[in-house]
Amino acid sequence: MADNTQTSGDKPVQLLSPDGALTTDDVGAEYVHYVDQLNDDQLRRFHRDMVVVRRFDVEAANLQKQGQMGLWVPSMGQEAAQVGSAHAAKTQDHLFPAYREHAVGMIRGLDLLHIVELLRGNTHGGWNPAETGNFHLYTLVIGSHTLHATGYAMGIQFDGKAGTGNPDTDEAVMVYFGDGATSQGDVSEAFVFAASYQTPQVFFLQNNGWAISVPVSVQSRTPLYLRSAGFGIPSVQIDGNDVLASYAVAAKHLDDARSGKGPSVIEALTYRIGAHTSSDDPTKYRTNAELQSWIARDPISRYEAYLRHRGEGDAFFADVATEAEDVAADIRRRTLALEGPSTDKLFDHVYSEQHPVMDAQKQWLAQYESSFGGLA
Amino acid sequence: MSEQDTSPAWAETLPEAGDGRASRSAATDIVELPLAKALNAGLRKALAGDPKVLLMGEDIGPLGGVFRVTEGLQAEFGRRVMDTPLAESGIVGTAIGLAMRGYRPVCEIQFDGFIFPGFDQITTQLAKMTNRHEGQVQMPVVIRVPYGGHIGAVEHHQESPEAYFAHTPGLRLVSPSTPHDAYWMIQEAIASNDPVMFFEPKSRYWHKGPVDLNFNQSSLHASKVVRTGTEVTVVGHGAMVNVLLQAAEIAQGEGTSIEVIDLRSLSPIDYEPLLASVQKTGRLVIASEAPGFASLPSEIAATVTERLFYSLEAPVLRVTGFDAPFPPAKLETIYLPDADRVLEAVDRALAY
Repeated sequence: MADNTQTSGDKPVQLLSPDGALTTDDVGAEYVHYVDQLNDDQLRRFHRDMVVVRRFDVEAANLQKQGQMGLWVPSMGQEAAQVGSAHAAKTQDHLFPAYREHAVGMIRGLDLLHIVELLRGNTHGGWNPAETGNFHLYTLVIGSHTLHATGYAMGIQFDGKAGTGNPDTDEAVMVYFGDGATSQGDVSEAFVFAASYQTPQVFFLQNNGWAISVPVSVQSRTPLYLRSAGFGIPSVQIDGNDVLASYAVAAKHLDDARSGKGPSVIEALTYRIGAHTSSDDPTKYRTNAELQSWIARDPISRYEAYLRHRGEGDAFFADVATEAEDVAADIRRRTLALEGPSTDKLFDHVYSEQHPVMDAQKQWLAQYESSFGGLA
Repeated sequence: MSEQDTSPAWAETLPEAGDGRASRSAATDIVELPLAKALNAGLRKALAGDPKVLLMGEDIGPLGGVFRVTEGLQAEFGRRVMDTPLAESGIVGTAIGLAMRGYRPVCEIQFDGFIFPGFDQITTQLAKMTNRHEGQVQMPVVIRVPYGGHIGAVEHHQESPEAYFAHTPGLRLVSPSTPHDAYWMIQEAIASNDPVMFFEPKSRYWHKGPVDLNFNQSSLHASKVVRTGTEVTVVGHGAMVNVLLQAAEIAQGEGTSIEVIDLRSLSPIDYEPLLASVQKTGRLVIASEAPGFASLPSEIAATVTERLFYSLEAPVLRVTGFDAPFPPAKLETIYLPDADRVLEAVDRALAY
């Protein structure tokens, strides 16, 4: 059985207990003021985003089963880790996802249809981070993007855009990766470079318990957040199913990064309720008892309980549910209307500058296809 | 593409080519430099001309790199010349992030055989990043690789890994053979908005040659006839060009006329000068230090055979390293093609 809740004896930061009450322990004390500053609309937005992205996830999984996508990558169960941390980032920050961060993309302004197009086989990503709230492309080679994020953060330093003391213009990078990625050399190298250059950067590790079928306990004999200490990077472990903890801890560490205090690591303990992808069968490697224990710790119901304690009524939750249905219906409608990619896509952007082989092969393909007299 | 289009942007600060020709004197414009120093001068020019150019690599700061190619540059350009941690994947991976931010990183891989920890970042990330973004993000990254044998070094220090990268769409590969080309091609590679693998013939680092600082007569991806002849065409790149010129000289003494082509660009390959030459000679020998199986010579042989089947008087022949690991240094002169091995193939081609 997977035990991804390895701790060093320290309690993970939790601001919201599983029954939806605000906690008041010492571990969370330094973060509580970030929550205190949130207004009602912001608090509602967290719930709205978690519910909408889960409904999107369900719709996309159904579309995949109906043949509209080759693959689906569910994010169910990880909404709090993603929504809280994404809201902690400022407009000018850059976010580097792995490939399950649908909520983060949505919050930064990515049209979720881009994710559908990627998993449908129409694109390899294809969005422009400059137009999607600095939300970068998904990276499928596990851990590779942690180095891109670190390099980007080095560029922020070269530009003098961190540590000036101006919180409205100082920039930071946050990179999302999973427990499996921590075994990759690139993640260790990213830690080395980040520590060496003291990059303005937060490493946001979603420990969802499983690297496809291999539990965290096989990947690591030590709590993952303790690894970074060996690289000279401070770290903290949080309850990843607590959206307020995810928000507050990410906000603090991003503030530190922007203000020139260097990199840090956040390990969010969460759980992948769904399969790794639509091609996976988690019943082969994990128990129903484990699954049920995490469903009982569902991040959305916890947060709904909190909002109801605060006096939020049925009308709000009904409105959110309606909005989620609308988003799902819109995705379904636009997915069914998608056309296949142009064959020009084979050649047009392999290089930025003119390339004789691309020109020749594009021309050859056009002639070959036209040789069928339009019947192909 | 015109000459103008392929020159780096900062070359515009130099005298116009026309003016240069008019006022040029050998004493002022043409300098004798070893290839490594020519690269150093080219890197300095690029750093001075564009504040976005960065150098990164192992030991390239105060030491100036293990081959001293970056000597003095950190003193001149400060933190823009970065001694990185000892991690090739980290160097290339962070260079990608810097390029996303608008920088033009030039990475030094210390030795050819040490590029493989960075192979994943080069082939799955750097090469595909522009394509993945559908052209909306560019990757002006140069990977400098001192490559090849003839220096008597230990394992992993004398290899020729070009073919691995030539097989990867999205990369451009070039390799200068002379100090003049080294000076200009490094600047053109840095000016390119695509990733460029820059293979430096390390056995030629210390050989001097003339460098015309004002006039670049070629473009980055053009191959070049460097010696004219009529009976057999021989082609190669980097350090092999000098071997081919030696072979041509020996052959001339024996009454055989060899045309020598310096490939210069390994991807894309500029075939026109090569095809024109083979149409004339009807015979082609391709030489490379790398193992011959699934190699650049194999690729060129296939293409020339497809394009010039009826012009060939003999099969296209390859002269390469053996399909065995690069040997301990005491055997390298046996492993690496020399002028005699090239001439053996020339004789076979002429025997058809």
